[in-house]
This record gives sequence, C-alpha cells and structure tokens, in this order.
Amino acid sequence: MGMGLLIDATRCIGCGACSSACKEQNKLPGQVEEVLTAYTWTTVHEHEGLNVRRLCMHCEVPTCASVCPVAALKKTPDGPVVYDAERCMGCRYCMMACPFEIPKYQWDRPVPVVGKCIMCAGRVKDGKPTACAEACQYGATTFGKKEDLIWEARTRIRQKPGDYVNQIYGLTEAGGTSVMMISSVPFEKLGLKSNLPADPPAMRTWQVLSNIPDFVGVWGVFLYGVHWITARREAVAKAANHTNGREDRS
Amino acid sequence: MNIAAAAATLPRRFRPGFWTAIFVVLFLAFCAVTVIRFTKGLGAVTNLSNQFPWGLWIGFDLLCGVGLAAGAFTLTAIVHLFNLKRFEPIVRPTILTGFLGYAFVIVALLLDLGQPWRIWHAIVYWNPHSVMFEVAWCVMLYTTVLAVEFSPVVFERFGFHAPARLIHRLITPLVILGVILSTLHQSSLGSLYLIVPSKLHPLWYSPMLPLHFYISAIGAGIGMMILESYLSGRAFQRHLELDLLEPLARGMVVALGIYGLMRIQAIRRNHAFGSILEFGYEGKMFLLEFSLGVILPVVLMSFRRLRSNPDWLVAGAFMAVLGFVMNRLNVSITGMEAASGVRYLPSGMEVIVSLGLVATGMAVFAFAVRTFPIFPDGPLASPKLPGTGA
Repeated sequence: MGMGLLIDATRCIGCGACSSACKEQNKLPGQVEEVLTAYTWTTVHEHEGLNVRRLCMHCEVPTCASVCPVAALKKTPDGPVVYDAERCMGCRYCMMACPFEIPKYQWDRPVPVVGKCIMCAGRVKDGKPTACAEACQYGATTFGKKEDLIWEARTRIRQKPGDYVNQIYGLTEAGGTSVMMISSVPFEKLGLKSNLPADPPAMRTWQVLSNIPDFVGVWGVFLYGVHWITARREAVAKAANHTNGREDRS
Repeated sequence: MNIAAAAATLPRRFRPGFWTAIFVVLFLAFCAVTVIRFTKGLGAVTNLSNQFPWGLWIGFDLLCGVGLAAGAFTLTAIVHLFNLKRFEPIVRPTILTGFLGYAFVIVALLLDLGQPWRIWHAIVYWNPHSVMFEVAWCVMLYTTVLAVEFSPVVFERFGFHAPARLIHRLITPLVILGVILSTLHQSSLGSLYLIVPSKLHPLWYSPMLPLHFYISAIGAGIGMMILESYLSGRAFQRHLELDLLEPLARGMVVALGIYGLMRIQAIRRNHAFGSILEFGYEGKMFLLEFSLGVILPVVLMSFRRLRSNPDWLVAGAFMAVLGFVMNRLNVSITGMEAASGVRYLPSGMEVIVSLGLVATGMAVFAFAVRTFPIFPDGPLASPKLPGTGA
C-alpha cells in the first residue's frame, strides 16, 4: 500500500511552514504563492474557519500517469507519483485530466516543464518523512504507512465524533489516494471536489484502449470482406457481359 | 514551395489581389507569433493558464483539423472497398484535403506542445494506457498513409510511372489501413475526454464520446467534400459535380441523423435536458450547435429538391461543417469552463496562428490543383513549374 500523508484540518493553524519547507526541499524559485503553480507545490487556504492544505493527492491509480503519452508520470511502490521532466514533451494532458487539478505548467519559460508535489520521493525512499510533514509543528500533517494513517484517522474520528465529519477524504475519491484528509466541515465547503467517482477515471479510457487490438482485427477483416464481395460481383458481372457479347456475335 | 513560385504559376486573373494580400499578412503574422512563442514561452502568446491548459489550438486546430480530414477515409472506402467507382473523380481532391488537414494538425501541435522537439518521445517511450499515445501514433501513421495515397499524383506529374503503378496495385490494403487508422483516430479524439467525467459538462460528456466523434466526423467530412468542390468550382470556373454530390449529401444526412439521435440519447442518460431549459451559457451554446449543425442540415438535406440545388446543397454542407466545429469547440472549451472556474477566450495571437494555418492550407491546395492532375480535367491552369523553363 505504500506510504502516505494524513492531513487533519482541525489541527492546522495556517502557519505555512509546510509550503516553505517544500520550496526549500525541492529548490523551487520565488516566494510561496497564493495558489498552486509550477513553482509552489503546496498551499494553505482558509475555508469556513479551517486551514486546508492543497497538494498532489498521489492517487493509487493516478489519472495523470494513465494519460501521459510518454509515461513521464509514474506511481512508485512507495506511494509518491513522480514526474520525469526529461521525458515530458509538454502536451499538458495530465493537467487536463487530473481530477484534483494539481499539475501546473511553466507558462513563462521557453523550455517549460510540469510542476507538482512528488511527495519528496527521494526522502521517502531513504526512509525519511516528507519535508512538509517534518516541518509541521502541530501534527496537522502526518507521514506514515497508508494503512497506519487510515487507522489513525478512524481513531481520531471515533474518539471525538463531534469534532469530525465521519469521512476520510481520499479513501475512495478517484479510486483512493495516498494523501488523505479529515475535517470538522464537509469537504466540499473546503474547496475540495466532492463529485469524484469512486472508480479511477483511468478505467474509462482503458476500457476503450484495451479493445483496440481486437477491433483492428475485426474491422480489417470486415473491410477486406466488403472489398472481396464487391470486387467479385464486378468480376462476375464482367464475365456475364463477356459471354453475352460472344453469344450475340455467333 | 514558396509563395513567389506559387504566384508565378497563377493565370492573370489571380495576380496578387485581395485574398493573396490577406494570405501574406496572415502568414507573416503567424511567423511573428511563432518567434515570440519560442522565445518567451506559451504564456506570452496564449490565454492558456493552469486552470485552462488546452485552448483554441487543441479545440480548433487539432480536433477540427483531423475531423474535417475525415472525407478522405470515407471516400476511399466508398470507391475502393464498396466499389462505387463513379465517385472516383473527387477522390484526389479529398485525399489532398485530408493530407493538408493532417499537416495543419502537425504544425499546430509543434506550436502547442511545450517542448515540440521531443515529439519523437512518443515513439520511444510507450504508454498504451494513454489515449494521447494512440492519438500520436494515429497522426504519424495516417499522415504517412495519406502521403502514399496522394503520391501517384505527384509521380504522374513528373512521369515516374513505375512507383505510381506499384501504389495502384497496393491500393486495397492501403485503403483498409487508412480506414482502420482513421476509425481509431477520429474516435480517440473523443476518448481523450472520457477521462474527465467530473469536468466536462453533461450536455457533452458521455461514455459514447468516441462514437459521437467518429460519426460526426464522417458527416462533417462529407460536408467538407461538398464545400471544397463548390469553392474550387468557384475559384476555377469549374462546374459542380452535382450528380456525385447529391448522393453524398444523402450519406451526410444519414451520418448526422444517427449522430443526432446518439447525442439526444446521451443527454437523456445524463439527465441534462434541464440544463438546456435553464438556457444558461452551456444550454445556449448547445442549442446553437445542435440546431444549426445537426437538425437544420438533416431536415433541409432530406429534400431531394434542396439537395439538387447547388445553393441549398452548399448551405447544408456549410451548416454541417460549422456545427461540427462548434461541437469540437464546445467539448474542448465551453463544456470545460465551468469546472475550471475560469472563462477562456483565445488571445489574438492564438487566433492568428489558427487563421494563418487555415490560409496556408488553402493556398497550398490552390497551388496543388494548378500544378498536379488532381481534378479529372487535369491541372487547372497551365502548369509552369519553376525550373522547367516552359
């Protein structure tokens, strides 16, 4: 199941230490911006009196990885969805397709690449927590094994049912994500998408794409069959004309 | 081929006039935008943003460029597979249109891709789970098929008969390959949007999107054949092949009719009739697209009297093509705006690129029909190729 992050909106004070730590860790230029950009991979926003982090959700079946024509985006067994800037040709289908609208582009550069949270894949591989989780002083962002985090989230909800909505955001959204959130306010009021289907969007295109080999065979045979019949008909008609002509002459 | 050479082959009445001037201005503007795009980045020339990453160049140049080239596979199938040889005279201009449509798409992609010099990555790094991967392969392979299908025209012009004969002998497998690739490609452009069920407006989203795209492309492809016969007829004082175009218009009615019913069924399944009645932004755009682009041409072209009248025939074909373009823009732009939270309108420079490409395509078509034996009556003006000295 890999590693993940649990974000508890009721504990976040909105200090922004996670955003700064992320900038430093990933060597992103400029100040922390208001919204996600190719240079700001995580932000904190206030909604309904709560502070809510925005970052890549690291889907179990990532839509971005499924749509990338050159497989520049990949889900690693550790959990992070990583991006290979050397492969990317800049079609931006990942930005189009991401149900959480996470990948952002370097619109200001002549040689642009995509920017998004990669869950500090290098650190995670070395057994260290992500930079944002390490920077959080208030226990609002917790790094750990995904199954432990689900257990932890359920425990918090059970112990203080009045403080939480009885839902873990990310458990089923778009097929489940490695980043999960809990909150005291319904998630759609926090600016999070609440209309996401529980089946990964990638399945919808795979249902079509997986049929292509069969389709090519059947369609090819059908088309050749049509040609064969019409050509045969023409040949028969010609032969008939020919014999008729000879009989007339004789 | 450069413009001067093209201009030199023109008969007197086509000496630089209004349209040539417009073409030259558009072409120069296109070049200027290209320079800015590659020195300052996409943000400097487009209204694209992190909220709206695909705009006019995908919605119009890619989706419509490919779709309007659909006449080529439809007609080659009619002539070579269904053996309706009487349509043979319009095969060449239709293949040329298809090839130019695909060339148009490739140039647009070279501008739209963030790093177009890496376009070959799609050949090396495979991801068969990606619709875009399928699209990339279809573009490459079908452009090649179209070029081979068209090449006998060029061979004939220069007197190379052996390769022309070889291609003639291979025409059946070539046409079958072309039809398969086109079927995959036309539908895959619809499949691109299968992945955004939570973003694309229910008036357009449907699990049947690939089929919607495929069938509407056949309708619009036939519409394009009629339109281009009319336009080249006007430009070169040729008669309209009415005896061929009238039955084609019948095919267009069938394709658009099936497509229209499928769209209505998809909207019913999405329970989206309400959003038409609300008469909001999406509802209005849908009504415009569907009434002008599907209902009206189907009704009008159902009457033999109107199909046999060149003016009505051309009007019906024009509506079908316009409706097709509106549909692709609605899927790629109108239907995606609400979920993105922003309004997207293409920048002036984005529009210049699209118009510049359309103008270049038309100029190349006009040059080609004067130089090569594309229409049954041969090259349309005395073909003086540069360097032949004639």
